[in-house]
Amino acid sequence: MDYAGELISNYEHPHNRGRMSKADSSFHEFNPLCGDDLTIYIRIRDGRIEDVKFDGSGCAISIAAASMLTDEVKGKPISKVEAIGFEELKGIIGIDPGPVRLKCATISLKALKKAVFLYEHKKPDGATENL
Amino acid sequence: MRFDVERIRADFPILQRKMNGKPLAYLDSAATSQKPLAVIEAISDYYSTYNANIHRGIYELSEKATEKYAESKEKVAKLINAGGVENIIYTRNATEALNLAALTYASHKVRKGDRILITEMEHHSNLVPWQLLAKKQKAVLEYIRVDKRTGLLDGTSLNESLEREPAIVSLTQASNVLGTINDVKSITRMAHGHGATVIVDGAQSAPRMRVDVKDIGCDFLAFSGHKMLGPTGIGVMYAKRDILEETEPLLGGGDMILKVTLKAHMWNELPWKFEAGTPNIEGGIVLGTAIDYLNGIGLGAIDSYESELTRYALARLSELKNVETFGPGLKDAKNRAGLVAFSINGIHAHDIAQVFNDNGIAIRAGHHCAMPLVREVLGKDSLARMSFYVYNTKDEIDRAVDAIEKVKKIFRVE
Repeated sequence: MDYAGELISNYEHPHNRGRMSKADSSFHEFNPLCGDDLTIYIRIRDGRIEDVKFDGSGCAISIAAASMLTDEVKGKPISKVEAIGFEELKGIIGIDPGPVRLKCATISLKALKKAVFLYEHKKPDGATENL
Repeated sequence: MRFDVERIRADFPILQRKMNGKPLAYLDSAATSQKPLAVIEAISDYYSTYNANIHRGIYELSEKATEKYAESKEKVAKLINAGGVENIIYTRNATEALNLAALTYASHKVRKGDRILITEMEHHSNLVPWQLLAKKQKAVLEYIRVDKRTGLLDGTSLNESLEREPAIVSLTQASNVLGTINDVKSITRMAHGHGATVIVDGAQSAPRMRVDVKDIGCDFLAFSGHKMLGPTGIGVMYAKRDILEETEPLLGGGDMILKVTLKAHMWNELPWKFEAGTPNIEGGIVLGTAIDYLNGIGLGAIDSYESELTRYALARLSELKNVETFGPGLKDAKNRAGLVAFSINGIHAHDIAQVFNDNGIAIRAGHHCAMPLVREVLGKDSLARMSFYVYNTKDEIDRAVDAIEKVKKIFRVE
């Protein structure tokens, strides 16, 4: 795997990082094995992601992926967000993370999808175990 | 006598291979060691020529398997200077040995309100079993503090904790993160003076130095075969004879009984009382082969060679800007196991290990199964760790230093 230049600059200067007050939904993901710890916040207007932020800590891949993913989904309809799969994520972050780093690359996408799910279903945490 | 690392390397087939197109530099032996050809062939030899269940077959194959299995226990007993095979219980690994001690002897000894004393530098395998036991028995789990600056146990904390008369003291002989070698002999003597039973985790020490249970005086010792050139799935719990005699076994089944009636049973003799069911026969036998190989080099020679590599690694890493190492420093390197945990200016250890991997170098990254030590004591998210064994070279450490420079370049660290 290559640490492509864009990935490194997104890690060093991540976009959309920070907490969001009055988010419509948020979700916290933690990977105890490596310590990646991310929360995604979303604000939704007219079925679109009006604003999205992430906060937390992790390795270069998890932080850069969160930065690039949040850039990508801003302004998109939530149906588009729900449809993002691993292949598309690889295109967004510009690398194939390989099996060992898969969890680092996908942690922000998982949190984002769960945040969207919670928004749509208005269910408390824990109702989303099967996602 | 010169330590002939090239001759040793020739015995390890895996070292011929490449990783990501580069010669493999395996710097992760504290996680598991590589295996010499003698060990690999001994496994195949067992299955090809005398595979049979032990202790029951009245035929040549079974007799040979039984004999070889018992012979390996004699080798283990000799290796750690135990009284005899009756002190040697085979388990899956050091983790199972520590759990076995906690679930049998310790769970009878520890009563409500009693104290169990461990250290902040324990691997999860010597930490979680005690959290579980403390919860079950409503006992109190206490920790001997680690001095973050020196990587050593805090003497005041040790003394104060022992004053509170713990029922059990369980600690590692060598830390898998800091490399610190604890003076388990003195601590055992002090702990016995306060009435405690002493359990030593030898997972990192048994592969690389003389561990003499009579000299240490400990009541239990646990270690794993796979970290000392043996196969996975075989570990050892040593305990003193009187303790084993009075302790009830955890598992019941075949082989651990002498006699069973519809109403009762009579336990088998030691050590078989603790080994219910068909054991890991090939693992047991081949652990003996691994011990033969280690004795061929000599544990004293292994100890000094690992110290030499560790001193070299600490010296080379100290030349690098923005690289921090953990555990006892260069001047205390004599009493340090063959591993160096490090971090580079806050770069996540998984990113470091990834760049190492791209350069053919295998290292460990993360919490190293010692989350309380890494996060709560050292205050880090993750650490990278290189660890050494009989087949490693200074050239591989140089390659690791080059890889660190590459990490720094990629992440634009000065």
